[in-house]
Amino acid sequence: MGLKRTPLYDLHVSLGGRMVPFAGWDMPVQYTSILEEARAVRSRAGIFDVSHMGRMLIRGADACALLNRVLSPDIPQIRIRRARYGLICNEEGGIIDDAIVYRLGRERYMLVPNASNADAVAEWVEKWRRPSDDVEVSIVTEDLAMIAHQGPAAQMMLMTLTDYDVSTLRLFRTVETEVAGASAIVARTGYTGEDGFEIMVPSSDAGTLWQALCDAGATPCGLGSRDVLRLEAGLPLHGNDIDVTVNPFEAGLDRFVQLDREEYVARGALERIRDEGSERRLIGFRMVGRGIARTGHDLYSGGAKVGQVTSGSFSPTLDMAIGMGYVREDFSDIGAPLQVDIRGRMVDAEVEMLPFYAERQVPILAPVG
Amino acid sequence: MTSPADRSYIKDHDWVQVGADGLATFGITDYAQDSLGDVVFVELPEPGSEVSQSESFGEIESVKAVSDLIAPVSGTVAERNEAVIDAPELVNDSPFDEGWLLKVEMADPTEIDDLMSAEEYDSFLASES
Repeated sequence: MGLKRTPLYDLHVSLGGRMVPFAGWDMPVQYTSILEEARAVRSRAGIFDVSHMGRMLIRGADACALLNRVLSPDIPQIRIRRARYGLICNEEGGIIDDAIVYRLGRERYMLVPNASNADAVAEWVEKWRRPSDDVEVSIVTEDLAMIAHQGPAAQMMLMTLTDYDVSTLRLFRTVETEVAGASAIVARTGYTGEDGFEIMVPSSDAGTLWQALCDAGATPCGLGSRDVLRLEAGLPLHGNDIDVTVNPFEAGLDRFVQLDREEYVARGALERIRDEGSERRLIGFRMVGRGIARTGHDLYSGGAKVGQVTSGSFSPTLDMAIGMGYVREDFSDIGAPLQVDIRGRMVDAEVEMLPFYAERQVPILAPVG
Repeated sequence: MTSPADRSYIKDHDWVQVGADGLATFGITDYAQDSLGDVVFVELPEPGSEVSQSESFGEIESVKAVSDLIAPVSGTVAERNEAVIDAPELVNDSPFDEGWLLKVEMADPTEIDDLMSAEEYDSFLASES
């Protein structure tokens, strides 16, 4: 089976991107160095081709009602030009995917699931669509390209490419405007823990936008640095840290779930899980001893196996090895000692507060409260 | 990229160079460091440990992955590069020089004779790609 290519494929190759298969797509894992690219995003700004992610346009008088059946947030509450993170859970409460939904207009939404789950999400949405629904669902993944432009200097760079004053676009807001001459959907969202934007443009304009962002000073970044950055930011990756066998409560994502909605298909299961409690919990940890925990390594405490690593890497921002994994609830307290079985070697680790890294916030000058 | 001609190579992308003191220095090739990407962790045996030809003598870990380090020849570890343990990026920056890994007293110096020359290694790389 051939790998799919994004509209930016040729550019990646010409930039020396190291191409790897990812969720059925041929994607750049790095151009120069994962660590250099991660540092570029933390210190200035980087650009990532995220065109492999799914894009579903959901339009019609019942678009809101359909999404309200399948997504974890209260969809009618989302105002026009806002974006919201949500989960797509099955009737057992398992996480089919996590996604961002953008409300572009009164009856117009864009749903962006992970590349690996785009088909499953499309099927799930279709399953809960009623024949009487006035709604049109279009898969526009290949019509649009998507570039994530992330970093403290992203706003300054993007301002040179659009007449829209992006400094007024607040976190999780979205706007349709023109960027580098292309009609674009711009949102102040991302997956790096850094300020920045995600920009969708017609596929035919992707190369122009990429080049314009490069010329504005952004560093091309691959999926390798994206994975490091999202781990530092404590953001789960579906397929690693969350999947269909995991519920939002044990993943610590229940704050993104609104249960008081009649029509929500996972409501019954999630209410039961909430009332019964969970035995395991997704935690962050840092390595105290030398070594890097990797996905699948077992976690121990006092000689007993208490869990498993779901993500692990070296963090260039913190200059230490970090990871996430599930442990039994009673071993999940911040500071609790753990050991990681790294290929037969027991290495000390410690439960750490998530996120590992949070972007420096502008100091609050007015008193709060 | 042409590999330095003053040493021998194995298919596991490690090099070995016998110095004037008779000690064999081990390291990984430029191809190996490039494939690994940013090296962030190197695990090396203590001086006095035994290493065996074609067997793992340690681990090298990049952001992406972990690999075994394979001994090009057998012997006893005389010295390990502590600088690389402290600053693993030396392996990326200077794989053939400052990024060396071990100095080994060879058990059987004739083991070197069966290894690849730089020219052989480079054509092996060409045939692999």
